[in-house]
Amino acid sequence: MTDTLDPRLGWSRWRRSWWYHAATYAHTWRGSVASTIFFPIFYLAALGVGVGHLVTQHTGLVQGQTYLHFIAPSLLATTAMQLGEGESLWPVLAAIKWIRNYHAAAATPLEPEDIYLGKLTWVATRSLGTGVVYTIVIACFGALQSWWSLTLPLIAVLITLAFSAPLIAYAATVQSDGSFMTIYRFAFVPMFLFSATFYPLTAYPGYLRPVVQLVPLYHGVALARAAAFGRGAWGAVLCHLAFLIAMAVVGVIVGRRTLRRRLVD
Amino acid sequence: MASDYVLEAHDLVKRFGEFSAVKGVSFSIERGESFGFLGPNGAGKTSTMRMISAVSQPSSGTLSIFSLDPRTQGPEIRGRLGVVPQEDTLELELSVRHNLEMFGRYFDLPRKVLRERATELLEFAQLSERANDKVENLSGGMKRRLTIARALINRPELLILDEPTTGLDPQARHLLWERLYRLKREGVTQIITTHYMDEAEQLCDRLVVMDHGTIVAHGAPRELIVQHSTREVVELRFGTDSHEDRHLQLAPYAQRVEVLPDRVLLYVNEGDDTLRQLHAIGVVPTSALVRRSSLEDVFLRLTGRTLVD
Repeated sequence: MTDTLDPRLGWSRWRRSWWYHAATYAHTWRGSVASTIFFPIFYLAALGVGVGHLVTQHTGLVQGQTYLHFIAPSLLATTAMQLGEGESLWPVLAAIKWIRNYHAAAATPLEPEDIYLGKLTWVATRSLGTGVVYTIVIACFGALQSWWSLTLPLIAVLITLAFSAPLIAYAATVQSDGSFMTIYRFAFVPMFLFSATFYPLTAYPGYLRPVVQLVPLYHGVALARAAAFGRGAWGAVLCHLAFLIAMAVVGVIVGRRTLRRRLVD
Repeated sequence: MASDYVLEAHDLVKRFGEFSAVKGVSFSIERGESFGFLGPNGAGKTSTMRMISAVSQPSSGTLSIFSLDPRTQGPEIRGRLGVVPQEDTLELELSVRHNLEMFGRYFDLPRKVLRERATELLEFAQLSERANDKVENLSGGMKRRLTIARALINRPELLILDEPTTGLDPQARHLLWERLYRLKREGVTQIITTHYMDEAEQLCDRLVVMDHGTIVAHGAPRELIVQHSTREVVELRFGTDSHEDRHLQLAPYAQRVEVLPDRVLLYVNEGDDTLRQLHAIGVVPTSALVRRSSLEDVFLRLTGRTLVD
């Protein structure tokens, strides 16, 4: 009568949601791949080589690095953040409200928690792929200096999760996308610009540094830099890791609930 | 607990905060039957559908689907259900075939099985020729058929259709009805909500009428007409006359008189006899129409003519 009384039912349902995203992406990926490869090349060429030329002329090295080497890891970190943002606000609200495909999924054996985890792990997978491409591009510009830089794709995944998990949780609670633009303008863009992305933390006056250190992306940038250069105090690295992991964990705890409330009631 | 019932609901209640959308409904659905839910907007149909789809939990009452408990066995129940939502929830950027195959992944069906079933369902939905087109290029009727085909990917024992033909043109509706008959012949139990009384009469073996969160009538379509209406209805129009004044004059000649702004309805058993009697006392309407009572008469009788939004 039925094919779905599967003994595996129950512990690995979210895997199906992941598969669904993956299989859907397999049919629509073409647009995003070109930008994944060309964006880091453009970015490093424009800022790393172009602006870097000026920086080298005027100030020489930044934290013992050429400017290109200095900003290459932050490129990876900000891209990982942007992937988390881009995948977690509009697409989630669309899946709940406009296309309603999360409702379609909730009518299958999947539970809302499965839908949440499937989405999140899929975004993490995308981030891993993007992280690998970026790491290779950065390596081609000669900006990797340590075996630790092999962890860069994993750091990208962690950064993406730290943003994606709470943002999906939030997107599941809103009725319209009105607030999303505000978040972009007043949270993401400043974060992109001021997380010690383009210059070291020491460029800020002392009283501003603790404020910057509360910005989530700062921890991602700092972590990526530590990995790329193979340099960093263990205490600081653990602190960055803890900050990002905490964001992801809180996001998952809240998101599983908000999505359940949204889809089931 | 073996039972002939696919679904048994007893005293189901759904509350959202202070508001009760469903206020204690009971019904049982037999294997193989087509069961309808009728009711105006806001009657609690969709909330009921969401509970019997094992998606939302009842606030109180008992519900058993395939003799399983949706509180604890939701995934297992939903694996044996097909749900056609009120609005299409298709992936617009994917092809028709991929919509079917992707959805099947939620049921953990092997790829080979999915390919076979997709081919079969495309045939069923008369979409084989559009298999590789993107969904966004399909007409409303085609999308609807695809949504139904998608709900069948797991070969459900029970198909739940929430307003399956709303917004479709008559050709598309009739094609859809024909497909639903075919499923019924194959033994698929169906639960259907609809606003269209002709649809309910066509498709449903039994139905309930819901209003304000309760069931106000239940039975086979013909039974409901016998119980809640007369055999025939006479529709009279009186030119520019105020129709309100006609009530007293006509009341003795019908079981029930309903005065509408543009016409008067007389609920009677023999319409032609009534017309003759009216002629005899000098009532000459500008137009008179005798028709059989329909489910629509029952519906309006039970749920009123006031517009519900």
